[in-house]
Amino acid sequence: MPAVDYIVTIGLEVHCQLNTQSKMFCACPSQYGESPNTLTCPVCLGLPGALPVLNEGAIRRTILAGMMLGCSTPPVVKWDRKNYFYPDMPKNYQTTQFDLPLCLGGGVPLYDMNYPKDWQKKIARPGQVISLTRIHLEEDVAKSTHMGNGTAIDFNRAGTPLMEIVSEPEIETAEEAVAYLNSLRQILVYAGVSDADMEKGQMRCDVNISLRPHGQKDFGAKIELKNLNSVSAVRRAIHFETERQAEELDRGIKQVQSTRRWDDDRGETTLMRTKEDAHDYRYLPCPDLLPLHTNNMVTEISRSVPETPHARRARFVGVLGVSEYDAGVLCSEKSLADYFEEAAAGLSKPKAVANWIINDLLGQLGSRGMTLEQNPIPAAGIRALAEFVETGKINGGQAKEVFVAMFDTRKAPADIIREKGLEQLSDTGFLDEIITIVLADNADAVAKIKAGNDKAINALKGQVMKLSAGKANPAIVGEMLEKRLKD
Amino acid sequence: MPDALHTLTIAELRTLLQKREISPADIIHDLEASITARDPEIGAYLHRDTAAALAAAEKADLSAPLGGIPVAIKDVLNVQGQPATAGSKMLRGYISPYDATCIAKLKSAGAIPFGKLNMDEFAMGSSNENSAWQLTRNPWDTTRVPGGSSGASAAAVAARTAIASLGSDTGGSIRQPAAFCGITGLKPTYGRVSRYGLIAYASSLDQVGPMTRTVEDAALVLQAIAGHDPQDSTSLNAPVPDYSAALRRGVSGMKIGLPREYFIDGIDPAVRAAVEAGVKELERQGATVREISLPHTRFAIAAYYIIATAEASANLARFDGVRYGHRCDTPADLRDMYDRSRAEGFGPEVKRRIILGTYVLSSGYYDAYYRKAQKVRTLIARDFAEAFKEVDLIASPVTPTAAFKIGKNAGDPLQMYLADIFTIANNLSGVCGISVPCGYSAEGLPIGLQLTGRPLGEEDLLRGAFAYEQATDWHRRLPQKS
Ligand SMILES: [Zn+2]
Repeated sequence: MPAVDYIVTIGLEVHCQLNTQSKMFCACPSQYGESPNTLTCPVCLGLPGALPVLNEGAIRRTILAGMMLGCSTPPVVKWDRKNYFYPDMPKNYQTTQFDLPLCLGGGVPLYDMNYPKDWQKKIARPGQVISLTRIHLEEDVAKSTHMGNGTAIDFNRAGTPLMEIVSEPEIETAEEAVAYLNSLRQILVYAGVSDADMEKGQMRCDVNISLRPHGQKDFGAKIELKNLNSVSAVRRAIHFETERQAEELDRGIKQVQSTRRWDDDRGETTLMRTKEDAHDYRYLPCPDLLPLHTNNMVTEISRSVPETPHARRARFVGVLGVSEYDAGVLCSEKSLADYFEEAAAGLSKPKAVANWIINDLLGQLGSRGMTLEQNPIPAAGIRALAEFVETGKINGGQAKEVFVAMFDTRKAPADIIREKGLEQLSDTGFLDEIITIVLADNADAVAKIKAGNDKAINALKGQVMKLSAGKANPAIVGEMLEKRLKD
Repeated sequence: MPDALHTLTIAELRTLLQKREISPADIIHDLEASITARDPEIGAYLHRDTAAALAAAEKADLSAPLGGIPVAIKDVLNVQGQPATAGSKMLRGYISPYDATCIAKLKSAGAIPFGKLNMDEFAMGSSNENSAWQLTRNPWDTTRVPGGSSGASAAAVAARTAIASLGSDTGGSIRQPAAFCGITGLKPTYGRVSRYGLIAYASSLDQVGPMTRTVEDAALVLQAIAGHDPQDSTSLNAPVPDYSAALRRGVSGMKIGLPREYFIDGIDPAVRAAVEAGVKELERQGATVREISLPHTRFAIAAYYIIATAEASANLARFDGVRYGHRCDTPADLRDMYDRSRAEGFGPEVKRRIILGTYVLSSGYYDAYYRKAQKVRTLIARDFAEAFKEVDLIASPVTPTAAFKIGKNAGDPLQMYLADIFTIANNLSGVCGISVPCGYSAEGLPIGLQLTGRPLGEEDLLRGAFAYEQATDWHRRLPQKS
């Protein structure tokens, strides 16, 4: 049987570091990139006698993320100790949440633009929402680096607040998994709780995948995939694993519950351990932390929940008149959507601003291999440029020229327009003189227009523009020509 | 200068210090002499930094409440720059990089932490026989145990080699050795004193408390160490009353309960007689006495050994040879390092409790053991809550017998566990308790009277214990040679 004869069932466990100032249980800064073991204290080193204290900021961020994902928060939550020995875990237990997590239920919506670009025309289940089981808040472990003759451990990361977001096994394809991760990341960034960058290790993903033949009710053996360090790795690993399991099932090889490691270079998974080696984590309510009553916090946080990416797209389309496609592009990154809103605020044609950003700005950035963070044009600059066009100070062609200069010189559009002498001529006396000359030189065209050929008027307009060295305001020229020709 | 400063109480020394008749250094020198003379036989001290203590004495702020008073510290507490072994080979050579909150509070009250005291390994034991380092002997009879796990904290105070000490109490570890050594030991309400910097045995039961010669001294030390600590989430955010002011209020009008479950067969007749006489004395001073019932306390030992060992199995997981403490020689691999470091570092009682705790938390056993024990715990707490609707204090023996012979229970853990039968329920329910001397056995061994108070009822404890103490002179007796 080929792979298509199996039902593929996928669930994702996503770990996401929160962007708090300090760690989950101590006051050490939660930062990336400092010298090893400089951001530590008795608590995050697990020294004898040290005790944890909950980071309220991390709890609030998790509840907020849950709200944006439609989760509910139980009235009482608690923390538990998950016991296993590993050198990157200073206490040899992880303080996590077992049976009373901060968030329950909710879901991650899969929008078309969340899918891989090459897949957006092949979406099997448009508008699908993948249910969440839970989100809990725990501490990250230290970072181990394997050296030639040993292992070095950096405890700077130990104790970083970490949300674990667990999905129901409702994902059916690698591409849905990609869409899930993209959508989830967008929502977390919109919530302002994390940068959720997989490449920086801020977001990590384990995949649970099982296959079963059509018609079989029970799930197949669950295989967990680890070491997936990018969205594309998730996609490729699921494809590989689907094929591998299908091929083995075809040959009558039964799958057993196990954990496999993705090798990104070789593009394959290898067995790490089977269920027989599984830990008994001996969960124990953490006696150092009291259960937390959440009602007041939930009420308070619910008063200021940021807009979701989806709601923002809808608003851009419905209120600002941006096209569906443009709204999708603008909202794909929160920073880009913020930039757009700042640039377009109060303008009568937000759509023109969207065009500047999508066609010109993203085009320039893309062709020069730059990111949005490296964008040299402040939102106020785009806004001013759009205003000049809107009020007729410069025409479209001039504006393109100004835009490129803005990008290259970082100067304000007003300065560029002045320096280049680009201001449009709207002085009707002067334009009238030019028009008189043009009409005199083009008697044929005038005759055609008077005979009813309206199109010939464009040729005359072009002549006027040429004589004005491109500075004439085309709208005014058009009006004046029409008036003169009808007389 | 008055001689024998080491025999004086905190209150007496403070008077002399404030009159400038003595200096803090005089006390340290005197104690040092007493320790040199007496401790080789008692074996209370694991470590002393006399130079550091004298340096602190130089700078002592005599206007502070405990200004210039040396206090000896159970080795389970972190004192910055000093060893903290918790009585275990596992922490041989470990130097604390920070002060426990109670130590920082002692220091800011002017006290001078001086000396680290022996204990049962990781506070697991009732005799100090489980120390990896040395035996500590009872000053009243050196063939007997001082109790445990804060055995040396009691022995040093009784032997006049310490003015006062800090102990920790998880199932009776302050009160039982206080009773065995004839001193005052107070276990505060759970959360009254910060646990930050106390090497955890069973986090939901552990409390730090004072061990002193008199009730008045216990009030002074408690005053210094009590209070909310933002670094301990389980510490209570309640105001700290003036404990010394509570001492002299007398017991007239107080209601005292005698739990019928605590006056059982098997109590040594001398203990029973002494405790009953103690209650009579309180009655004579105007307290009313009635029988009460704590029906679920008979399950206390069973529940305790499930909850305490479960927590301990996780608390002691950090001792793995990776970052600090004992590491085996030439480990073959990570697993070998874990296995041998822990096998070599921990003593038999600690291993027994880790294994027991690991077992009760194992998949499939959690409900049968841990969850059920937590239910028992709730029921015991309810028993106390009910009782304290009727009475202000509960009086009982601290232990069924006076101090036993070294080696007597060493091979019989169950018998050893029963030494804590009257003290454990306080830890399970979180209520406070005090042990004060109330007599002596025929062999001349001290006997303790336990008073139990409602949550945050330390003032009641001190009031009752002080009234009793003032009417008796048990606390004034000295062990031989001291
Ligand atoms: Zn820290």
